[in-house]
Amino acid sequence: MDSRVALKSPLTRRMATPETGALAGVVLVYLFFFAVAPPFRDLSSLSTVLYVSSIYGIPALAVALLMIGGEFDLSSGVAVVSSALLASMISYELTANVWVGVGLSLAAALGMGALNGYLVIRTGIPSFLVTLGSFFMLGGLNLAGTRLITGSVATPSISDMDGFASAQALFASSFEVAGVSLRVTVLWWLLFAALATWALRRAPFGNWIFAVGGAPLSARAVGVPVRRVKIGLFMTVGFAAWFVGMHQLFAFDTVQSGEGVGKEFYYIIAAVVGGCLLTGGQGSAVGAVLGALIFGMTTQGIVYAGWNPDWFKFFVGALLLGVILLNAGVRRWQEARA
Amino acid sequence: MTAPLLRLTGVGKSYGAVSALTGVDLEVGAGEITCVLGDNGAGKSTLIKIIAGVHEHDEGVVELGGEAIRLTSPRQAIDRGVATVYQDLAIAPLMPVWANFFLGHELLKGRGPFRRMDIARMREITGAELAAMGIEGVDVERPIGGLSGGQRQCVAIARAVHFGAKVLILDEPTAALGVKQAGVVLRHILAARARGLGVVFITHNPHHAHSVGDRFLILQRGRSLGCFPKAEIALEDLTRRMAGGVELDELAHELANRGAPAARMAGA
Repeated sequence: MDSRVALKSPLTRRMATPETGALAGVVLVYLFFFAVAPPFRDLSSLSTVLYVSSIYGIPALAVALLMIGGEFDLSSGVAVVSSALLASMISYELTANVWVGVGLSLAAALGMGALNGYLVIRTGIPSFLVTLGSFFMLGGLNLAGTRLITGSVATPSISDMDGFASAQALFASSFEVAGVSLRVTVLWWLLFAALATWALRRAPFGNWIFAVGGAPLSARAVGVPVRRVKIGLFMTVGFAAWFVGMHQLFAFDTVQSGEGVGKEFYYIIAAVVGGCLLTGGQGSAVGAVLGALIFGMTTQGIVYAGWNPDWFKFFVGALLLGVILLNAGVRRWQEARA
Repeated sequence: MTAPLLRLTGVGKSYGAVSALTGVDLEVGAGEITCVLGDNGAGKSTLIKIIAGVHEHDEGVVELGGEAIRLTSPRQAIDRGVATVYQDLAIAPLMPVWANFFLGHELLKGRGPFRRMDIARMREITGAELAAMGIEGVDVERPIGGLSGGQRQCVAIARAVHFGAKVLILDEPTAALGVKQAGVVLRHILAARARGLGVVFITHNPHHAHSVGDRFLILQRGRSLGCFPKAEIALEDLTRRMAGGVELDELAHELANRGAPAARMAGA
């Protein structure tokens, strides 16, 4: 027994983390676009890559936590747009201050997350199906509600309202670092990633997330509050969707009601590429950051390389397959030596 | 005489129209092992779930330390000192041994927003508790799924003992194990008894039961065939009753009767 344990070198342990495949992916994709797209090498391009990554990355973090906890949320993409629409329309129609809309929209986003979680827990129906339902309902509500209230497919500009400047500073400002302009969402992304890592690795709640994802019945049997953990995770996704929704609202001051469809898959892919198991019980926040970074680099790399952006989805699909195969290979290799 | 740690009187449970368990009496005191024997579908799992707080009983009385109670959640049972080690072990296979050991009872340090898990101490205690139960050389950082079945059972038993269980429910702890590993687990069950725990040992192996048990409850199709002290029941008798001995006798009789005409036909 002892001798077998001793065989595991520190290097093998390091290789055993779920982010291994994602890290390899980040390096490969970076080198690839560094080679084929000269503008990609600029520092300012890196800033843009980080910005795009952060917009995928913030929801991807929450989705990763949810997936570690063994659940899915297909409604996260349209929930981003729902949050933005709601904040914009509440502010415009009811009050003079955008912060009222921002606050009520947060409450609605958390409530939607809680409802998703409650339905999953209560009915025992897989979250894939429950959130597939909420995905379509929210998507329809976005279009119909916006049409009903504004008579159009987009919300009117709220840029001249009270509180817009302060909200914009919080959600959508830029700042200079070493002569390069960086969006504030990048900072938020890194902050949320640090919080998620802390929660997963240091807080008892993190221990419970792994447990409810890996073995829900066992977790309940030893006294883990499985329902509370799962509902909390769905609400976290609601919060992340709201945050990105607020960014979009205050970055562009109007919202298109038909957007957001399909984004939920990008969040899930970023989490999976980052080492989250589809079946729950394994994954990391750092992995989700790396997964989103691969995404950001791919979207922008294709632009900088001067290729038709139509190729984007093809690349994303190929990347997903490649990293998953790589992860599976790494896992098998570990199991062979463990 | 003080009340036993756990006593069930006339306990029953139905799922809809199906009666899974009726009229079961069971008793276990400190430093005693009560074995529950029965074939598949005899109601063993239902009985465990009632004691563990997973399902509420709908007939009879459950007493813990002489006090009649209704357990509505596993947490409640755990808080009252009833620890259950399930057949599927109640572990998260991908999580390290220490995280499984402390799952739901994580040790914390620091204060306010910096309150966090005390991982170093949890690792240390896990190693020490496993060593105290005679389990050596387990790397507590390993995913628990990588341990052998016997080792996992022992970790689960050590966990229950560490968290102050007074009553330990073991759901077929030796079912999936080889001879040697089953022996190791049985030794840990005796170690738990020696530490003053009351043990309810569910099994369908009469040999395992008879070698460690003080009292034997035999279940058949949701009914109790009686609860016998060790002095009153021999291994052969236990085996026969447990295997549905009476039914086997009837079956042998029936076969013999049917065999006769068949033999006649063959002879004709």
